[in-house]
Amino acid sequence: MTTETTREITYLEAVREALVQEMRRDKEVFLLGEDIGAYGGAFGVSKGMLEEFGPERIRETPISEAGIAGAATGAALMGMRPVMEIMFMDFLTISMNQLVNQAAKMRFMFGGKCSIPMVIRAPSGSGTGAAAQHSQSLEAWFVNVPGIKVVAPSTPYDAKGLLISAIRDNNPVLFMEHKLLYRMKGPVPEESYSISLQSAEVKRQGRDLTIVAYSIMVPRALEAAEKLAAEGIEVEVVDPRCLKPLDTETIIRSVSKTGRVLIAHEAPVTGGFGGELAAVIAGSEAFDYLDAPIRRLAGRDVPIPYNRNLERAAVPQVEDIVAAARALAQEGK
Amino acid sequence: MSLPIHEVTTVETSTSQRLLEELPLEKLAWMLQRMCEIRYFEEKAEDLYVRGLVHGTMHLSIGMEAGSVGSISTLRPDDLIIHHHRGHGHTIAKGADLTTMFAEFLGKEAGYCRGRGGSMHIADIPGGNLGATGVVGGGIPTAVGIALALQMHRSSQILLSYFGDGASNEGEFHESLNMASIWKLPVVFICDNNQYGMSMHVSRSMNVEHISTRAASYNIPGITVDGNDILAVYEAVLAAGEFARSGQGPSLIDCLTYRWRGHSKSDRNLYRTPQEIEEWKHKCPIKRFKKVLTDASVMTLDEVEALDQAAKMAVDHAAEEALTFPEPSPLNMEDEVYAP
Repeated sequence: MTTETTREITYLEAVREALVQEMRRDKEVFLLGEDIGAYGGAFGVSKGMLEEFGPERIRETPISEAGIAGAATGAALMGMRPVMEIMFMDFLTISMNQLVNQAAKMRFMFGGKCSIPMVIRAPSGSGTGAAAQHSQSLEAWFVNVPGIKVVAPSTPYDAKGLLISAIRDNNPVLFMEHKLLYRMKGPVPEESYSISLQSAEVKRQGRDLTIVAYSIMVPRALEAAEKLAAEGIEVEVVDPRCLKPLDTETIIRSVSKTGRVLIAHEAPVTGGFGGELAAVIAGSEAFDYLDAPIRRLAGRDVPIPYNRNLERAAVPQVEDIVAAARALAQEGK
Repeated sequence: MSLPIHEVTTVETSTSQRLLEELPLEKLAWMLQRMCEIRYFEEKAEDLYVRGLVHGTMHLSIGMEAGSVGSISTLRPDDLIIHHHRGHGHTIAKGADLTTMFAEFLGKEAGYCRGRGGSMHIADIPGGNLGATGVVGGGIPTAVGIALALQMHRSSQILLSYFGDGASNEGEFHESLNMASIWKLPVVFICDNNQYGMSMHVSRSMNVEHISTRAASYNIPGITVDGNDILAVYEAVLAAGEFARSGQGPSLIDCLTYRWRGHSKSDRNLYRTPQEIEEWKHKCPIKRFKKVLTDASVMTLDEVEALDQAAKMAVDHAAEEALTFPEPSPLNMEDEVYAP
């Protein structure tokens, strides 16, 4: 969607714009997290928001990740729409009891008589030299918990529209913001808009093979697709955008068309979300159209290392996607 | 108004006589009847379990009735509670319907949680009971959020947050008391201190004599009360509730009591002596309250026993009715996980 007000802003600015617009629209929406006030948040997402909304709604917390998650859960139970910022996704490990045992369970466990409309904003991923405890992609943990939704936008446009949907959703939504995407620019309309959570998007059309990628892997897959196009390999890139609930239809349609699929994500391969995607595809009508095995290209089964070269080698890079896609395009031919 | 940062009250300092004069007779009768209902409910729950009619486990609060009733009887009807796995007492004291409770306990569709929660997770959201948490201490951070919402909505309601002695060793307890303190939230933290975290006695699990001293770390009032003296509990929670309602913030009440039964149904009481259990049975909070009421001539023995029998009949009737209810259907369970 492009409108008269569309201009180029960064992914980080798009996230902020969604927050600001939703806070202006609905007084029940508020932010809480560490250093989100004068400091503006560890990555600067909430910069300037304290001035507009004041300390009650830009609520700074002590370094208490379980407490932050609990405060968000309880406030949501009371009908507010808290957006909690966790400084690094890795720190969600400290919040897990509140998120997994409380927020995700309360609706079902209490007989459907309450809802927990909250957003958990989590900067994820590697590439910043922050090593093993500040670089993880933990989406698979959350996807496996009934009661939580998981969103992982890859563009500024998607970030704004999906965050607005996440805030208006009546359930706990994990919103993953990849740190390397924060500075990426893209066209974003100034006015408010929402993108349905369960809606994958074909980011590039192609006939030879499908790459299913989300978050940082989308721009990498698109760059790989450019390179492969020069070799005559036409890649289709499908971005699920939301891992749960998953728009399986768009993925299955694409794979049925191309007959080959490469699944790319940054999280470690074993037990990663790619396994779920592979199972969805293998169990669908797309199976009949497959001309080659479903391939996964994911993070290696190691903690993210500090050293620049090791860090790059731990997760799929553009050249890895090019190589894997090129091989897959030839497989079985 | 100010409350002491740390205080221990004993039976001797309890102002029961004054309260007996101040509280209306109907209130005192209500309190006794709720205590009896809790006792009979749990005895009946045990009976149903022994008869093989219950699928899951349960955590009985027999011997701890003064804490739940004494604290909740200080509340306005629109005030809120959030509590824990040993929560039948809080639920009944907050005004739950006994039949709907038994229905939940038996896993019936007509139960408070439509049979999805069971004994450990009874919630009555419209009734202000925001649910029981089965993970030790897990309700305390959630309580901070509930109280935060009350404050941000400029509500005059307050919240009572219950947990056990074991929970006060969880990190979540400390994070939550700190946050509630810095934000001056309208919540009273109540430790149902039955002295055992499953099998571990408080003297081995912590190096403080009174859990209320932990309030000092957060610069909030802390008080240890005789949790088997319903009027002592009432007085302490009333003061803490007024403190919270007037915007002065949270406090911590350590309600010292004892559970007569094991932790859950698998407990064989290998960590404590029969003598110890017998000693505490002599401190029965219900017998004690009955004696206080009759000694002070607030009620006659006959009146007290009439309330007791009314509670027993209500419980028996509720259980019989709940047993006839249909089971829930396993179809479409997925549709209930997410709110539309």
